[in-house]
Amino acid sequence: MGFRKYIPVIVTALMVVGLQIVLSLTGATYYLTQITMSAYYALVVIGLCLLMGYAGQVSLGHAGFFAIGGYTSAVLTTCNLIAYRDNSLIAWCGSLGLVTQWTDIYGKDILSFSPWAALAAALLLTSLIAVLIGVSIIHLKGHYLAMATLGFGLIIYRIVLGAQIFGQADGISNVPPFGLFDGLQVNGRLPFRTQNYYIAWVMVITTMMLAINLIDSHIGRALRSIHQNEEAAHSLGVNTYRCKLFTFVLSALIAAAGGIFLTHYNGSIGPSEVTVMKSIRYVAIVAVGGMANLWGALFMGILLNFLSLRGVFGSYDDAVFGAILIGIMLLAPQGLLRKPDFRAVLSFLSKRSHG
Amino acid sequence: MDYPQIVQYCFAGITVGSIYAIVGIGFNIIYNTTGIINFAQGEFLIVGAMTAISFSQFFPLPVAIGMAILITILLGGLVEITFIRQVRNASILRLIIITIGISILIREAMLHIWDEKVRFLPYFTGTDTSTVTVLGAHISPQVLWVLGVCAVIVLGLTLFFKYTLTGRAMRACADDRMAARLCGINDRWMVTLSFMLSAGIGAIAGCIISPIAQTQYDMGAPLAIKGFTAAILGGLGNSMAAVAAGLFLGLMEAFMVSQFDVAYKEAVSIVILLLILVFRPSGIFGRHEINVLRTM
Repeated sequence: MGFRKYIPVIVTALMVVGLQIVLSLTGATYYLTQITMSAYYALVVIGLCLLMGYAGQVSLGHAGFFAIGGYTSAVLTTCNLIAYRDNSLIAWCGSLGLVTQWTDIYGKDILSFSPWAALAAALLLTSLIAVLIGVSIIHLKGHYLAMATLGFGLIIYRIVLGAQIFGQADGISNVPPFGLFDGLQVNGRLPFRTQNYYIAWVMVITTMMLAINLIDSHIGRALRSIHQNEEAAHSLGVNTYRCKLFTFVLSALIAAAGGIFLTHYNGSIGPSEVTVMKSIRYVAIVAVGGMANLWGALFMGILLNFLSLRGVFGSYDDAVFGAILIGIMLLAPQGLLRKPDFRAVLSFLSKRSHG
Repeated sequence: MDYPQIVQYCFAGITVGSIYAIVGIGFNIIYNTTGIINFAQGEFLIVGAMTAISFSQFFPLPVAIGMAILITILLGGLVEITFIRQVRNASILRLIIITIGISILIREAMLHIWDEKVRFLPYFTGTDTSTVTVLGAHISPQVLWVLGVCAVIVLGLTLFFKYTLTGRAMRACADDRMAARLCGINDRWMVTLSFMLSAGIGAIAGCIISPIAQTQYDMGAPLAIKGFTAAILGGLGNSMAAVAAGLFLGLMEAFMVSQFDVAYKEAVSIVILLLILVFRPSGIFGRHEINVLRTM
């Protein structure tokens, strides 16, 4: 393998740059906003693809992890600590650079945790919850696992909808931009559009490289063996439990990262991000991409989320994803983007040209 | 909490509990013949209730409900013939995803037919203010309807599975499909029948609860979760235990509401579901060895 496995990465990067150039030349840069959002959703899909396609574990609650990331970050960066400014603990956090003072759109001074601190806290919380959930349900299979993850997603949804701190049905708005480095910030405002398009894609491509290397490592081989025959893998000395748990937590973290950055990009997060339908939508995208096919998942994640965000499906949005699920599972359970299909097409074309 | 109040909570609990029990039985009927958990089970209730509500504007109530049940039964059969029958020998993951897809399609179709409005059937006897006094508690006559009809359904199903030829054939399919086929039982038809039966009792449950709980297009999924909790709590495949578990779940929920914020009512029953899944997937009445085999 070696270098060859990075060829699709380079091709994708070139396509991303090409797309941006084409869009700015044609004056259609408004598409960049939705592509950026789709890229963050695609992060969730990539994580879920690792879990479903490679570890063979279904999760109907990934929107829950997305929400844990997004909401934690939103709460910590919008809570106003200005009344506790003189508190020694807050002062200590301030000296470490964990809290920042900024002015919201109404001109009110707000002292809250810095996005970096919130990011760390959100990822820490997500991994804690993911380990806790994973340890308890990873031994379940089939229907039981599906229902358990669905239950997890529903609980998060109910908490978000019920708790005052999460803004109940309104969600949390006025989330500040996330200043990454000098001049670079995750910000949904117009002047930052192109910059954020690239930030999102750097994130996606980094995650893809991480995922590719993971499935190429000994953990990836162990996962594939588990997927094919768990008992056989177990008898060969593969620690199936630890491999599955590791993938579960990793995929939860990737989903949470998507949630954190999209929340800062949008400046808000609401309960609509946490519905069961969102979780099922991620499953549908992984399925249509071909389960154990990272590039398929990425492509479909961008394409379907983009179309959905553009409102192409209208009021049939959810129905489209339901139909996709049934259609794919009935007619093409291996997904639409299979390598053999491409080969078949290529050989068909070459025969044509020779004949 | 004084005595009449406790009785009041008990009735509230048993009422919703018997609906959970019916949904749980619906899960079990399909699970027994096919090994599938039908995620669209909750949608059958809403389809039944919604069709009955629409028909009740033109026909007397019993006729409307009868027609609604018939239509839901046909829908159940249609779902099996068009989707489930096409994917025999498929992996469980595939089947789960297909039934989830079906539930979404049914729900979205209902959204487009009946919009988002909350609707309800009229009370079967009396009005929404009439009460009956039982053991010092004031309850709606509809509660008695719910309890009575659910009891009749459970009794009827028991007799059906025990004494009729078709019922026995369905049980034979549940035990060993290949052996049943060798005995000349049309196992495909039995699977279709199990979907129709399950849709039918779902529609009945949806209609009788509609005056009390009201009906909205997206209420199927929460009901399905509760029904599944009842089915799991009793041990998947064991319908009688699902009844006990459903009633228990309803009572738990009713008393929880008196302690917790209503917003967390749903979360309480889901926490129960998660606890059972984690600690006792065979259910409280199931044997542990079966659990180990089933979850393997």
